[in-house]
Amino acid sequence: MRRVYFDNNATTPFLPEVFEAMRPYFGEKFGNASSIHQQGQQARGAVERAREQVAQLLNCRAAEVVFTSGGTEGDNLALFGMTAPGDHVITSAIEHHAVLNSCNRLEEMGCTVTYLPVDGRGLVDPDDIRRALRPETKVISIMFANNETGVLQAISEIGKIAAEADVYFHTDAVQAAGKVPIDVKELGCDLLTISAHKFHGPQGTGALFVRKGTLLQPLFYGGRHERSRRAGTENVAGIVGLGKAAELARTGLTDGKVAKIAELRDRLENTILQNIDQVAVNGRGAPRTPNTANLSFDCVEGEAMVIALDLKGLSVSTGAACSSGAIEPSHVLTAMGLSADRARGSIRFSLGKQNTDEDVDFALELVPEVVSRLREISPVYKKPAVSHQPSALS
Amino acid sequence: MSGGVDSSTVAAMLCQQGYHVVGLTLQLWNQRRLAGKSGMPESGQGRCCSIDDVYDARRVAETLGIPYYVVNQEERFERDVVRPFVAEYLNGRTPIPCSLCNNHLKFDQLLTTARQIGADLLATGHYARDEFDEASGRWLLKRPADRSKDQTYFLFGLTQEQLSRTRFPLGEMHKPDVREEARRAGLCLFEKPDSQEICFIPGGDYKQFLDAYLDEQGEPIPDTAGELVTTTGEIVGTHTGIHNFTVGQRKGLGVATGSPLYVLEIRGDKHEVVVGGGDELFSRILRANRLNWISIDDLREPMRVEAKIRHRHEPALGMMEKTGDNEIVLTFDEPQRAITPGQAVVFYDGDVVVGGGWIV
Repeated sequence: MRRVYFDNNATTPFLPEVFEAMRPYFGEKFGNASSIHQQGQQARGAVERAREQVAQLLNCRAAEVVFTSGGTEGDNLALFGMTAPGDHVITSAIEHHAVLNSCNRLEEMGCTVTYLPVDGRGLVDPDDIRRALRPETKVISIMFANNETGVLQAISEIGKIAAEADVYFHTDAVQAAGKVPIDVKELGCDLLTISAHKFHGPQGTGALFVRKGTLLQPLFYGGRHERSRRAGTENVAGIVGLGKAAELARTGLTDGKVAKIAELRDRLENTILQNIDQVAVNGRGAPRTPNTANLSFDCVEGEAMVIALDLKGLSVSTGAACSSGAIEPSHVLTAMGLSADRARGSIRFSLGKQNTDEDVDFALELVPEVVSRLREISPVYKKPAVSHQPSALS
Repeated sequence: MSGGVDSSTVAAMLCQQGYHVVGLTLQLWNQRRLAGKSGMPESGQGRCCSIDDVYDARRVAETLGIPYYVVNQEERFERDVVRPFVAEYLNGRTPIPCSLCNNHLKFDQLLTTARQIGADLLATGHYARDEFDEASGRWLLKRPADRSKDQTYFLFGLTQEQLSRTRFPLGEMHKPDVREEARRAGLCLFEKPDSQEICFIPGGDYKQFLDAYLDEQGEPIPDTAGELVTTTGEIVGTHTGIHNFTVGQRKGLGVATGSPLYVLEIRGDKHEVVVGGGDELFSRILRANRLNWISIDDLREPMRVEAKIRHRHEPALGMMEKTGDNEIVLTFDEPQRAITPGQAVVFYDGDVVVGGGWIV
């Protein structure tokens, strides 16, 4: 059976060059990057080359890159590393749980946190940030791209507000890396999280950008790795993969690969809107990453649709991968004002570099068929009058 | 797939028979919710729906090479099974959540999910038999070959529609053979013990559960303290709440008399618990409502049947007749012990389940 993978926001397949770059580090180049001898030097060289590659993706200095185990660790490190009891943090209601749950913990530990709302398009109002500022505000943490909808926040504007207020600014850019350009100078952020497996690199490895001069309390104590910011023997193979993936993420923005993804996503989204009634785009009206289409299908249970599509060969999701099986509808969609029913009927299609026109054709055959069957069984669905109105285009 | 031997073996057998099988686990209750509260056991290990059970089900699916999904129906389960369970006890009746679960979740929601994902049939590990009877044109539910595992008592609520789309592959098998089949299919859980009690009450103490659940919901247990009375109206003691009692109960009455006292009846409206001697527990008359008919489409004239008044009860002969639109009275040949409102009564004609209802 043909399999098409449209869940790249959950994770992405390796690009062949990435795996090839990593291969020697599972074999003869096994050294510990801190060792003095030849194997150590070899490993150290590889780690520092990867650091350069990440720095180029973010337009920062190599010394400002801290290697981590991924996005969650990066977010935790940024938040716990920059706050102390009594501090105030400003964040948004649509952050990834790595940020939200860390903030909940910070509140238990004596910090105060403001969770800003978003509008119907999923956007934070920068004025809300201004209004939320207090003398004790230490960190603003707003995600660059949302994992469920792909909606992009006005990070540069928020960076300016943070600078004016002399408050640290962290952005979770896990879903943005490789999809839109990232320039930390332009964004004005002090900390920024990325994760390799979201841009065709390996799982279990990522980086946190920490602007020079930012005093960060580490999470892990031990050796002096990463300039004493993150103890632990380097995951050399993983870091090499991260570096290569970062390089390809950067080049993909200008060599046509990302542009192709945008074209595929637009065709998928627009054709579905034209051919299926009662469908809405979540995040319509806001700038979005070029690969994500989060669509609500009225009178359809998202979970059943995901299973039905999976059994036919198409991989998609209802929202964040980490909340599958949870009862509550997506906190992101709820924050955007969707009713529980609409939120439960939402499907996220997220494309990647490996997807093709044939993949989109395949999906366009399956989706209407599955939606149709589900609506047939649904007690609440009402077929529209003979000449159906195409669903509103974004 | 519950992660138990029965449903796992069904999956293996269906694969061998060449069906396209999809494994589904219903996530119904979060075991960690009340763990450690009001004396409830700390770890919910080994109960249905625990993490361990989902893990086991997933491993079986992996071994068999079939797609596997967990479908979360916690909200519906709480609404349609747990809440009524609590309400019944607070009203002085003894509920059976398993029948409600079958009616609303396993054979309603799960059948809907099966249809949604494109499946034709639902198979479960229940010990029961179902077959289509040409003569009557009806789907029949029958007792299984292994009487000691008979679960038809909990399945009396199934409709014709539900029965037509369900299969019970274990109907002809005995438990030891099922385990042997599991072992042969390479399933490591073939020796896993069966779960015995109510799936959402680890440890089996329903009073602890009521306390913990109502406390969590911020709804204090209503005060139903009252008097212990005899059948002649004599007051012989007091009690602290009707939910502490069930018909036929002997312990916990706190009354010392010469001979043992049993709970005969619970009067929810008056907060009275009627007690009496063991012989007073026996009765020949049973009334039931909210009936579901399976082998017949309705009861038009009195019918002689064997009836079970609780799961662990040998079916007893009696005559039943309609007394109203959806109610019957059953007169047993011999007096039966502790006919309990809230329990189900299931009518059998030999192996065939005629139907059933709820004892009032």
